[in-house]
Amino acid sequence: MHTGGERSLGHDDLTWLIGGPQGGGINAAAEGFAKAATRAGYRVIANIEYHSNIMGEHSYYRVRVGRSGHRNVSERVHVLVALDDETLVGERHAAFPGFKGHVQEVVPGGAVVFDANDGPGEHGADVLLCPVPYLELLEEALKGSSREGQASRLKVMTNTVAVGASLALLDFDLARYQDALRAEFGGRRADLGELNAKAAALGYEFVRERFADGFAFRLPRVSPPKGKPPMLIRGAYAAAMGKLKAGIGFQSYYPISPATDENVYLEAHQRDQGLVVVQTEDEVSAINMAVGAAHAGVRASTSTSGPGLSLMVEGLGFAAMTEAAGPVLVLWSRGGPSTGLPTRHEQADLRFALQPGHGEFPHLLVAPGDVHEIVRDSYEAFNWADRYQMPVMVLVDKALGTTFITTEDLGLDRLPPVDRGPRFREGGNGDADYLRYDFSDGIVTPRSVPGQAGGIYWSTTDEHDPRGHITEDAENRIRMQDKRMGKLELALREIPSDRFLTLHGPKSADVTIVSWGSTKGAILDALDILAREDKVKANFLQIRIMRPFPVSAVTAILRAAKKTVLVECNYDGQLGLLIREQTGIAMDQSIVKYDGRPFSEEELMDGLRHVIAEGPGRLMVSHRLG
Amino acid sequence: MATVLKPRDYKSDAHINWCPGCGDFGIVNAIQMALAELQLPPHKVAVFSGIGCSGKTSHYIHAYGYHTLHGRVLPVATGAKLSNKDLTVLAVGGDGDGYGIGSGYFVNAGRRNVDITYVVFNNSVYGLTKGQGSPTLRKGLKTKSMPEAAIQDGVNPLALAVSSGYTFVARAFALDPRTLASLIAAGVRHRGSSFIDVLQTCPTYNDLYTAEWYNHTQSGGPRLYRLSETGYDGKVKDPSDADEVVAKKVQAITKSYEWGEKIPVGVYYEVDLPTYEDALAERNPRYGREALVDTDFSDRDLSPLMDALR
Repeated sequence: MHTGGERSLGHDDLTWLIGGPQGGGINAAAEGFAKAATRAGYRVIANIEYHSNIMGEHSYYRVRVGRSGHRNVSERVHVLVALDDETLVGERHAAFPGFKGHVQEVVPGGAVVFDANDGPGEHGADVLLCPVPYLELLEEALKGSSREGQASRLKVMTNTVAVGASLALLDFDLARYQDALRAEFGGRRADLGELNAKAAALGYEFVRERFADGFAFRLPRVSPPKGKPPMLIRGAYAAAMGKLKAGIGFQSYYPISPATDENVYLEAHQRDQGLVVVQTEDEVSAINMAVGAAHAGVRASTSTSGPGLSLMVEGLGFAAMTEAAGPVLVLWSRGGPSTGLPTRHEQADLRFALQPGHGEFPHLLVAPGDVHEIVRDSYEAFNWADRYQMPVMVLVDKALGTTFITTEDLGLDRLPPVDRGPRFREGGNGDADYLRYDFSDGIVTPRSVPGQAGGIYWSTTDEHDPRGHITEDAENRIRMQDKRMGKLELALREIPSDRFLTLHGPKSADVTIVSWGSTKGAILDALDILAREDKVKANFLQIRIMRPFPVSAVTAILRAAKKTVLVECNYDGQLGLLIREQTGIAMDQSIVKYDGRPFSEEELMDGLRHVIAEGPGRLMVSHRLG
Repeated sequence: MATVLKPRDYKSDAHINWCPGCGDFGIVNAIQMALAELQLPPHKVAVFSGIGCSGKTSHYIHAYGYHTLHGRVLPVATGAKLSNKDLTVLAVGGDGDGYGIGSGYFVNAGRRNVDITYVVFNNSVYGLTKGQGSPTLRKGLKTKSMPEAAIQDGVNPLALAVSSGYTFVARAFALDPRTLASLIAAGVRHRGSSFIDVLQTCPTYNDLYTAEWYNHTQSGGPRLYRLSETGYDGKVKDPSDADEVVAKKVQAITKSYEWGEKIPVGVYYEVDLPTYEDALAERNPRYGREALVDTDFSDRDLSPLMDALR
């Protein structure tokens, strides 16, 4: 199935995969390599898969490297680096084995770097086997240092031996990786940086001398970009950047995977960025603190995952009912339901995020599809929260949050200005006249904040009159509900139409793929492949703002579409349900995936080729990756 | 300040719809008296309330008023106070609100020691839902609206507050608003989380803990007595003395179990410790200099963050 032509792709499309036990240094090894490759002038996308476990379970990092850059990962592994036996052959004792080891993913002409004590397992033909004595080489690296003889205790450092070994196959500039290692270990641990650099060199030399000759897949020196090297960023950091740029002052959170990455990143920057991050006792407390902060006039946010949102919904209703200017809630979706798959991927919270709570209340829901869109949407969410005085939810997911990608620029200089929305000014109308929930003049009332003279108001989660006192009067109820819900219409009118959706690719096409969120990168890559290899003219409707829903724009595009294919990482095809509810239009076909992993390039292509060739109406795809 | 603020300056024009004779009146009056005693400009005060009869309190006070969610008043008040440390923040709620549905927040607010004052209207019943037993109703008791006696025991809010970390713990009586007002004022003056459990009558649903019950024991005298009149001293003299802190906590907890013929009111425990805001200011000096809400973040420099990713 893989032809010799594959080899000629060489350094423009190379997948390097490292696997091992959780706690075995997978992250450091892969991120070190990914960073070194970025600095060397390559573009990288790096995706981690891991268990809800601290130590021992199988985790792996897939790093795809090239000159032009991919937006999704591939199953075709060119170099496999195994830190343990399970990476090679899968779990030998699994009761219901699905994953049978990564060796089977290695392409002809590819290589496997593994511990000389392990057997490589069943592998395809034409795979280069590189057994490396990890521990012996580590012992040698420690020789003569203050840590001599401690190889068993420092066994985690065998990861650098293994990475170094793999770099010899790739003809990759070892010094760049060593620089990344030294940068990782600063200060009192600087000697460890040096020892790691030495360990990497020993692995490198071992393989260079024995195996590297004639290996076809290479990442030779290229001229790196001038000026500052690009960034290697993941969605979790992108969200934090957007929030910081927007002027966030307060973030509250309860620890939960996969939202913790963003929360901890912000927590680490409290001193230099001046924000307050509070770790609360649960998600109920987190959202309510954020609502209190928003009412106090600070740009406030909280970030959580599905189980956390289940607890937070009461607070969202509170924010909307009292017309707080926020908070911004970033939902890092994971595999559900209930505790579900805590560290795995799924896009199954869309329907929930559309109606997060009882009763009818306004909120804005936006679902960015890549790191740039995350920066933009996390930033602008605060403008919308202030302008419309309602909570704003940014729906992202585990794959977006954890996947690293090379980028030069986050677009921070091209963001719209900060908009704090209508504010009450002292003396504007005098204490006695100020009505916080006035419905006589527009639907968004200028807001005062506590501490402001002349701006005293009351607010309540009960239905209330313009002054904010409780009333159950029928006429008042109608006008107040019209005021609140009318903000959705206002947002639909005011927010530029290109913020709601994007039609990628040709305006007219034979196939229109419809999706949202993190599938964006996979679909954009697929459009290129369909055009290049299948001669299929396809385009992609990406819907980004889900509430208020851009009914007329979506209707116009879908009416003109010849064949629609829905792509989502959930069981129901939830965006398809939303489109049908809002426009009356049903998708022709759908590709769904709910195995807890994002689409690989091959899974999506298999799915698209199948349904385009008149496959079933609904197709579930999964290659049962590890 | 030219004009002297009176309790009536803290009265809103909202219609009060509590039952005639409700203990809540005494508490809202006491809050207004305390604010007048402290001469706080109304716009510098924010009152947060939970859900239930007591939840309506924020509407009746002329100050920024936030009638929030059942049990969640402390997180909301905490978020607001941390966002504007110059505000005087009062949180109020019932015993069901604070010790039942809000018990997790009650405990964790104590751990933080944010500079807020929390007043709990403790009447041992859920009034607004027509008289079910609440978290302070003891096992075996049955009010007139309950079909059966309680078979789960009551919580001891003072002991829970002391062990949770509140730095000012007091008990007062709703029908003695003058004493209550001075305790609330002391709680507001105290830097840190102040907690005042207010014994309160519910003339409609609680026929056990009535005004008569509080005012007359079987032997005739009042049931309530002031701790200060017995030489009790709950204040920690040297907060750095761990032994003294523990001794004063144990003393307060022991005292909190005195319930029956005699019930003590007043300050059970008090200690001066750094607040959560102090810790934030230590971490970031700008937080100590200006309220978060007044901080201009438009000069944020994200280039070091981006450079770290290169």
